[in-house]
Formats: sequence, C-alpha cells, structure tokens
Amino acid sequence: MAKILLEMKSITKTFPAVKALDDVNLQVEEGEIHALVGENGAGKSTLMKVLSGIHPYGSYEGQVFFDGEECHFTNTKDSEKKGIVIIHQELALVPYMTIGENMFLGNEQGSSFKINWNETYGKGNEYLRIVGLHESSRTLVKDIGVGKQQLVEIAKALAKNARLLILDEPTSSLNESESKHLLDLLLKFKSEGMTSIIISHKLNEIAYVADKITVIRDGHTIETLTKGVDDCSEARIIKGMVGRDLSDRFPKRESHIGEICMEVKDWNVYHPLYTERKIVDNVSFNVRKGEVLGISGLMGAGRTELAMSIFGKSYGEAISGTIIKDGKVLHLNSVKEAIKNKIAYVTEDRKGNGLILSNPIKTNTTLSNLKGISFKGILDRDKEYKVAVDYKEKLHTKAPTVEQYVGNLSGGNQQKVLLAKWMFADPDILILDEPTRGIDVGAKYEIYCIINQLVAEGKSVILISSEMPELLGMCDRIYVMSEGKFVGELDGKEATQEKIMAMIINSDNSPKLVDDEPASEENKEEKKGEK
Amino acid sequence: MNTNSKVLNFVNKYTMIFALIAVVIFFSISTNGAILYPSNVSNLIAQNAYVFVLATGMLLCILTGGNIDLSVGSVVCFVGAVGATLMVSKNVHPVLAVIIMFVVGTLIGAWQAFWIAYVRIPPFIVTLSGMLIFRGLSNVVLDGLTVSIQDCTGFVRLFGGGANCYVPDFFHGKDINITCILATVLAIIIYCAIMINSRMKRLKKNYEVEAVTPWTVKIVLVCAAITAFGIRLAQYKGIPNVLLIVVGVIVIYSYITSNTTIGRHFYAVGGNEKATKLSGIDTNRVYFLAYTNMGLLSALAGMITIARMTSAQPTYGQNYEMDAIASCFIGGASAYGGIGTVPGVIIGALLMGVINLGMFSMGVDQNMQKVVKGLVLLAAVIFDVISKRGGKVIAKN
Repeated sequence: MAKILLEMKSITKTFPAVKALDDVNLQVEEGEIHALVGENGAGKSTLMKVLSGIHPYGSYEGQVFFDGEECHFTNTKDSEKKGIVIIHQELALVPYMTIGENMFLGNEQGSSFKINWNETYGKGNEYLRIVGLHESSRTLVKDIGVGKQQLVEIAKALAKNARLLILDEPTSSLNESESKHLLDLLLKFKSEGMTSIIISHKLNEIAYVADKITVIRDGHTIETLTKGVDDCSEARIIKGMVGRDLSDRFPKRESHIGEICMEVKDWNVYHPLYTERKIVDNVSFNVRKGEVLGISGLMGAGRTELAMSIFGKSYGEAISGTIIKDGKVLHLNSVKEAIKNKIAYVTEDRKGNGLILSNPIKTNTTLSNLKGISFKGILDRDKEYKVAVDYKEKLHTKAPTVEQYVGNLSGGNQQKVLLAKWMFADPDILILDEPTRGIDVGAKYEIYCIINQLVAEGKSVILISSEMPELLGMCDRIYVMSEGKFVGELDGKEATQEKIMAMIINSDNSPKLVDDEPASEENKEEKKGEK
Repeated sequence: MNTNSKVLNFVNKYTMIFALIAVVIFFSISTNGAILYPSNVSNLIAQNAYVFVLATGMLLCILTGGNIDLSVGSVVCFVGAVGATLMVSKNVHPVLAVIIMFVVGTLIGAWQAFWIAYVRIPPFIVTLSGMLIFRGLSNVVLDGLTVSIQDCTGFVRLFGGGANCYVPDFFHGKDINITCILATVLAIIIYCAIMINSRMKRLKKNYEVEAVTPWTVKIVLVCAAITAFGIRLAQYKGIPNVLLIVVGVIVIYSYITSNTTIGRHFYAVGGNEKATKLSGIDTNRVYFLAYTNMGLLSALAGMITIARMTSAQPTYGQNYEMDAIASCFIGGASAYGGIGTVPGVIIGALLMGVINLGMFSMGVDQNMQKVVKGLVLLAAVIFDVISKRGGKVIAKN
C-alpha cells in the first residue's frame, strides 16, 4: 500500500447558522487522483478551505496530517509552503498582467527589491511547456481564452512546487477538447508522482481520471469508492450523493393549478462580456397560476442568467425571444417595467444583489415599491413602518424592531426580509433563486410555508434550486437545465433525483470521455454545425 | 436591549453634538468667553454660510457611494465671476443675474453629472477636470482682475454682504432686536408643534414612539439651543439675511433626504447599487441628480461668496470643496456612501466653524489651525469606521 500523504481526521466546521462539516474523514495516498463528489452545499469546498488554511486552524475541530505531521495552517501561505495548492473554480488571475507576472504573483523571482524578470519569464515558459500551453509567458492573461487561463492556473500551482494539487470544478467553464486536455494532463502528472484532489460534478470525468472517489453529503463523509475494487459507475455514485430521506421536511400543500400565466418562447441570451458565448440556449417554458415550477440544474447551467434576463434584461447581451403574460406579449427592457408587469426576481445573492445591509428592515422592505408608501414622491413614513411591521409578523422575521439593520440579522431572517420586499411589490410571478441557500433547516421550512401561501393566493412561483430534495418536495413540475438548455421536463410526482441527474449527465453537451470516441466526434460535428 | 448598549447607542448617535458642546466649552474657557460674544455668534453664521450650503450638496454626492465633487470651489468662483461681470459691466438687473447664475451653475452640474452618471467616468476624474476648467474660465471671464460689486447694494444685502445685511427690526427695539426674538419664539413653536403632531399621529395609529423622557429632554435641549442662539443674534444686529437662505436650504434638503422617494434613492444607491438597480430604480438618474444639484448649490454659494466679499476675484472659492467634504465626514456621512443626514452634516460644519473661530480668537497661528483641522477630520472618520466595526481597531486581513 502506498504512503498516505494527506489525512483529515474527524473535521467539524460550524458556521453561525449551520454545521457545514460534521466529523468528516479523508485519506489521500501519494500519487493518486482522489475525487470529491457531492451536491452543491454538501461541504466539499468548505473541506478544501479547511485544508488550505482559508478557514484557519482553531476555527474548526479535528486534525489535519500532511506527510505524516500534524498541520496548523493559519492562512494559505502556510499550506502552500507545504506544497498544498488549491485552484479555485473562479479563476484568480489578474487580466492586465502577463502570464509570467501572474504565475509568480506573491512568489516573485529574484529579491524583494529587484524582480528578476528574465528568470520570471524563462521559468514561466518552462512551466507553460509542462502544461502543454504554447503561449509566451509575456502574453497578457486577458488575451488568452478561459481554457488556457485554467492551464495558466495549473502552471502557477506547479511554480509553487505543489505536492498536492486541489482542483475545484476545473472544467466547469471549459469545452470538451479543453476538458480532455486538462484531464489528460492530470493523468500525466500522476504518472510523474503528483497527487491531486479533484472536485467535480461531471461524473463521467471523474470516472475517467479518479483512482478513489469520496462522497460527501450534508457535511458527512458517506463512503470512499476505490476504482477496480468497488462499483464506480455513475449510477452508483449518484446513489451515494443523493440517498437521504425526505420525510416531513416540506409542508404539505393542495395544488390548485389554473391556466397558463406566463409563457417564455425561444429565449436566447449571450454572455455580456464574451458576446459569442451563449448562456441561455433556445429555452421555452410556461408557468401556470398557483403552480410551483422548479428549475433544476448544476451551478453554471444558466438558471440565474435565464431568470435575470427575463427580469427586465438585467443580465446578458443580445437577448431574443418572447414573453407572453396573461395573453399579452411583453417587452421588458428594464427592471422597472418587469415590476410594473408584476414579475419579481428574488436573487440568490441576497447580500450582494438583494439587500442594503446598512439600512433597516423597513427601508429594505419597501425599496422595490416606494410608490406603495408615497404620494407624488412624498413618503408616508408611518405607512412604511406599518407595512414593514405587517410583513415582519406575517413572515415571522425574528428581529427586535423593523428599525434593526438588516446586516445584523441571520441568513434566514435576511431571506425573509428579501421575500417581504418582493411580496410587497405584489407580483403575480415570483422567481425565487436559491431561496434557502445557507440557512438552517427550521428557516427553510418557514420559507417553504411562505411559498405555499403565495401559490394558495393564486400567484405563481418559479423555484430555482440546486438542492434536488427541495425541488422534489416543493414543485408541481420541474424543468431540468444543463449548459444553457432545457433538457427535460418532469412532473413533480414522478420526478426522482436519479432521473434528474441522469437527464443532466445524458444531455448531449457533456463530454463523453469514457464512451466510444465516434459518438464524441459526432457531438463535435453537431456543435460546429450549430455555430 | 440592556442599559449598557443603550448608553453606547445613545453616545454613538449623538457623538458629534457632544463633541460640538465640548469644543464650545473649551473655547469659551480658553478665550474668556470671547467666542460667545454676540458679534462672534453672528459672524459664525456669516463666515460659514457657504460651507453649510456646499456641505448639503456634497452630502448627496457622498451618499451615492462616497463620491466627492472636487470642482465645487472653482464653480463657486466661476458663477460669481459671471454674475459680477453681468451686473457690473453689462448692467444686467440683479434678479436676472441671479437667475442666470443659477442656470449656469445647474448647467455646469449637469455637464459633469452626464459624464459621471451615464458614461460612468469616475467622479474624481470628472470633477478634477471641472476644477481646472472652471478655475481657468473664471480667470478668462474676469480677465484676471477684481470686479467690485459694491454698488449692487440690493444683491449684496440679500446674500449677506456689506454692513447692513440683516433682517430689519420692524419694532425698532432699543438694545435688542425684537424681530429676532419673535422669530426665535416662532421657530420654537413650529418645532414643538411638528414634534408633538407627529407623536400624536403615531400614538393614534398605535405605532411605536420614543419613550417620553428622552423625547422631552431632546425637545427641551433643542429649544434651549434655539433660544440661546436667538438671544445672541438679537443682542447684535438681528437675523443675518444669509441665515434665512441657509435655513431654507437646510429645511428643504432635510425634507428631501428623509421624506421623499428620490431622497430614499440616494441612500439606496450608496447602500447597495446592484440591489437598488434590481429593485427597479434608475441608478444613473440618481447620480445625475446628485451632481446636477451640486452645481445648483455651488451657484448659490457663489452668490453668497461674492456678496460677502462685495467683489469677484479669480482666486475665490479655493479649498471650498475641502471644507464641504470635511464637514460631511465629520458630520457622520460614511466614506462608503449610504449613510449621513443633513442635520449631521450641518453639525459637522458648525464644529469646523467653531474650531476656526475659536482658534482665531485665541490667536493660534494660521498654519497650526490647518494642522488641527486636519487632525479633527481624521479623528472623526477613524472614530466612525472603528465604531462601525464594533470597536476593533485593526481591520481583519
């Protein structure tokens, strides 16, 4: 048996509201590729943050052993000194610096007072050759594509003398051939003795490269599968990822579904910066009165982008398609018009895009409908107060008064304020984007009750969620989205997690690395044809 | 809430008022009461009128996200130059000249606001450019010379310049200005009426109201302050005309910021621009209004400045922007936007004014005065930042 390079023993990490990791154990042998799988929010990234020192020693319980000795990392610099290098999902490169400068950022060649540029670019070119990137290290990062940037990140990690390489969703923004190149690179490194941990949703890729697969679910390690010993098929992995009971986590509801309320047809959206990238690809759907409609998909599938582009074109470029609401074609060019036509979008990023943390509950509650509390531009502050108190009571928001600053509330209560804000705007259709992200089980249940109340009043709710049990427990109908396309539609009662996962994985867009090559070639041809 | 945090909250809320009181006490002791002489109190208003006006406008810019307007001093000078030239060289009627000055100021504001709001050029750059442009143009308009407006008595008096720029005493009091006393009484009555009325309304609708004791204490203190101030003015020459203008600006802008939807938009944009945009509010328009309004108020400050100096010179208005910005930050506006009130900013401006006056009365060297003012500004903002961080001095890395 090979030497164990990394061992994480009974790691427990608690955030104010939730227990993100609960007694997690991980063993990685030297020279293997270890895959970490689990749903969004299962705790994979938190575990890696503990390992790399982003969550410093002392903020979690448990022990980390690397190369036989116990480690107390207080920041990423400590872990990098040991040779643990993490490559995050979002690329951390400075666009207006050269590849070489980026590669040695914080690790500059030469002395502190005199950077040795020859060595920087010379070594830079060497590392670029190792990762198979044929670019000069003097090229600006902004001038190369995302795929190549990912390779630069890897080269940067190698330049830090990495012994353990951690890749968080490395292929999420890459196309097929780029992904294949990257995975082959990992295999090549492995043959040279490098150890890697890969986090990915793409199970076919994991099956292609991984020697061992550890499944994490709800902050627990469920099992570790070894290639060649255990069954490592996709179905087997999915079972490990999703198997959990669903009893009584969702309030019961009698559905009274009416006629079609809104219809979206042939909806296309392009990326605002990389205008040739299609983010939403020819999506059509409808939602009925009193219905909870779910949109399932993995992170980066384009769900948020779809919702925001419908909500007054607040995301994307070159948006095309039709929105028909109550029999009328709508042209929504601004958020204001969307609100006026009774469509509301409750953002997934409540701190960044939803709430004004430095303002009290009452001003946040009324912000999207100031007309409702004013007359000819003059605010009725007493009415505002009353509205805020009403919603606070209706949604059971826990706060001493409505004068409380939103920034001081817990995540669940912030979410309720955000919901109150959009309920006060009185929409017919509420698009809820990850409404229960990062909040505890009790608050989740209350949010579900609010959703049920809304549809009971005859409103429609579109629920975007990465938590499949939530969609299964709440929705009358579920659309499955993958890589910008709707790849399936399921009735809420018939849907299962396995079915949804299978739809995502079998969608034509994901690379077929283990399957026969010709099929993959065909896909490429198709893709070219589309362009 | 326990007593301790209640006290802390109270201190936090009224820090600058305590600071102001402390500074006034300090200087009245060290100058043997000189800064409380009626003439000095009156001068405090006349000298700082432009700061009150500009700080109010600057607050709106700062609310949008800590953005400042550096062009203010130059615009003040330019508008004054245009007005003086019109009235003196071109014999334009003062009323028309005032209208033209307001239009010019607003247009300058709109010019800068366009680049800031719609093209999204950083305000720092746009207004730095404005600072150069309008300083240069002031020189061009005045030909590098001083234009005296001593003969435009109506204009000068109205905007608080010259010897006789006070509201006349209709009752011809002997040692004391009776109009001023009456105005003081009236102000107290109006203030109390508004406070009582809003409390009654809230009680009637069963809304939460402040506890009786602090509420009464607050009213009594404010009334005492108004009375003391009114008596001092009455003992001198009465109400300076410019005080009416300043009070008008304060009342209007206090109302706009706290009681109108557009006022709410300013705070929202500064608090979280993305969230504001996604709430259906036109954030570009908010920026546009903030900077256009700054131009308008700069024009008003320009009139006050040339009236007080009874002339226009190409060097007027230098560092006015710094006075306005400092007043805002001392008065509790957040350097990141979204927080700040008009009364707070006025207290900030008063604090600076009192420090100026006090040091002047003590005979402190001009250069040392600048050092002290600089330190006060830094201290105020440090205090603000640290208290918001919950008392932690060093920021988390």
